[in-house]
Amino acid sequence: MITFDLSRRLLRVWQRNLLVYRKTWKISFVPPLTEPLLYLTAFGVGLGGLVGTLSYGDAAIGYTAFIAPGVIAINIMQGAFFENTYSSFVRMYYQKTFDAMLATPLTLDEVITGEILWGATKAVIGTLLMMLVVSLFGLLQFPHALLLLPAAFLGGLAFACAGMICTALVPTIETFNLPIFLFITPMFLFSGTFFPVTNLPGWAQLLAQALPLTHLVELCRSLALGRFTSSALLAVVYLTIWSAVLFPLAVIGMRRRLVR
Amino acid sequence: MSGSRSNLQRYECNEGKFVSAVIATSHLRKSFGSFVAVDGISFSVQPGECFGLLGPNGAGKTTTIRMLYGFTPRDSGSLRLFGSDCDGAWRELKGRIGVCQQDNNLDPDLTVRENLEVFAAYFNLPAAVVRQRVASLLQFISLEGREQAGVRDLSGGMMRRLVLARALINEPQLLILDEPTTGLDPQSRHQLWSRLDELKARGLTTLLTTHYMDEAQRLCDRLVIMDQGNILVEGAPRDLIRQHVGDSVIEVVAACEALRRMLLERGLPHEDLGQRLVIYSDNGETLYRELLAEHCREGCMLRPATLEDVFLRLTGRELRE
Repeated sequence: MITFDLSRRLLRVWQRNLLVYRKTWKISFVPPLTEPLLYLTAFGVGLGGLVGTLSYGDAAIGYTAFIAPGVIAINIMQGAFFENTYSSFVRMYYQKTFDAMLATPLTLDEVITGEILWGATKAVIGTLLMMLVVSLFGLLQFPHALLLLPAAFLGGLAFACAGMICTALVPTIETFNLPIFLFITPMFLFSGTFFPVTNLPGWAQLLAQALPLTHLVELCRSLALGRFTSSALLAVVYLTIWSAVLFPLAVIGMRRRLVR
Repeated sequence: MSGSRSNLQRYECNEGKFVSAVIATSHLRKSFGSFVAVDGISFSVQPGECFGLLGPNGAGKTTTIRMLYGFTPRDSGSLRLFGSDCDGAWRELKGRIGVCQQDNNLDPDLTVRENLEVFAAYFNLPAAVVRQRVASLLQFISLEGREQAGVRDLSGGMMRRLVLARALINEPQLLILDEPTTGLDPQSRHQLWSRLDELKARGLTTLLTTHYMDEAQRLCDRLVIMDQGNILVEGAPRDLIRQHVGDSVIEVVAACEALRRMLLERGLPHEDLGQRLVIYSDNGETLYRELLAEHCREGCMLRPATLEDVFLRLTGRELRE
């Protein structure tokens, strides 16, 4: 039986990252504010004219309304995954921040959990900023859309854990290219982000259903459009189980890497 | 100015009464795969003492230190800190230890002050206590006025002093220093040494590793020399020099065969390094005059024996890479 040595002190790790983030917020705010503008203009306006409307449930929705939640979901995935891969790796390997923390009453389990919670928090901050921009286009149905924030935390947690597992395994920082090309990029394209999963052949649909981003996109779309579907509920269950399985793996992986 | 320094903790001396050792290890052992890093070492450090761990690269110093503050789990052997068993009590024990790790792992994204404050938060120190300690520590390391500076803008010596201040933020009862002055210029080294002297005067127990024998000789009350995971010798620097080298050392450059023969005949302890002869002697002055008169007019030098001589004699002169 594996036990985890965790206490509320792990919030100190989270606070440290927040403090650094607050110093660089002017730069950190740029991607979540500009990305939706770029995507919605390029795909929504440019491509949307060719596509026309799509059927979502029993209604027909415009292409821009279709992809906006997908863009939010992508940002959640990338925000958390990149934080707990590149940024965590820099703190662990180059800055030796974890080593310094481990000379204090903090445990390794707390350091890693604090990092993962921070990755999820970054996804929430990014989502909040994106929502500001997307709602200017009138593409979010409030108040339901406010639930995008807890959804971002759940989705962020899922990808933060996945990122931390990669950090536990990679020999060098360049190796992150591998999970990005094999895991992140395919999901970015095929998880119902820019076109419905149902457009894929049957086998590919099954494959897509196994991926976490497909479920996160479904959840975000349902909340953004103000419709609670059964697949949204399924998505919450899926992402919860995914995180519950990957979180202990991330902690154990980091123990194996650092406790020597 | 001494007013604010006195705000820093004073450490109890416990003279006269029985006090348990701050560190007591027995048969401490750690291996990585088939490589035995620490091979069953035993030593203890008494309250108020400055204890040194010396040894060439790969001797097991850092692994030992990491076991002492719970970073590396030991394979076997016992470890007691402050008189109590460590297992299961690391969180509490780490709150009583200050560690300066070998790498300069300050937070490069934060200012001098923030580095101290963030670290204090890891110890859950109350804000008022932190404010007061940060102020007196900044003064202690002569960085008052630089508290808003980014860590990237500090010199190597300033960074090292900040690492020291950070390790003192929890007012530790044991300070662990892993190569505290490596890479520093002489000014910065002396600056740091004087800070360590001051801490020692306050009775703080310190354990340090270093590659600089002059540093060990100057700072340590007692030390061990390790090699390949074992302790070779233990003692006060002066005693070790007397036991293993003698009072003085004579170095001879381009020694002649007659001198070599004479040393062997008389059984005088020496090392033949080819180009150079190193002669260890308790009676250096007399021997030196004799050598000058009979064997070599120049290239002969008499100097007091140092810890470095002990170190090289015991661990050999081959490179450890």
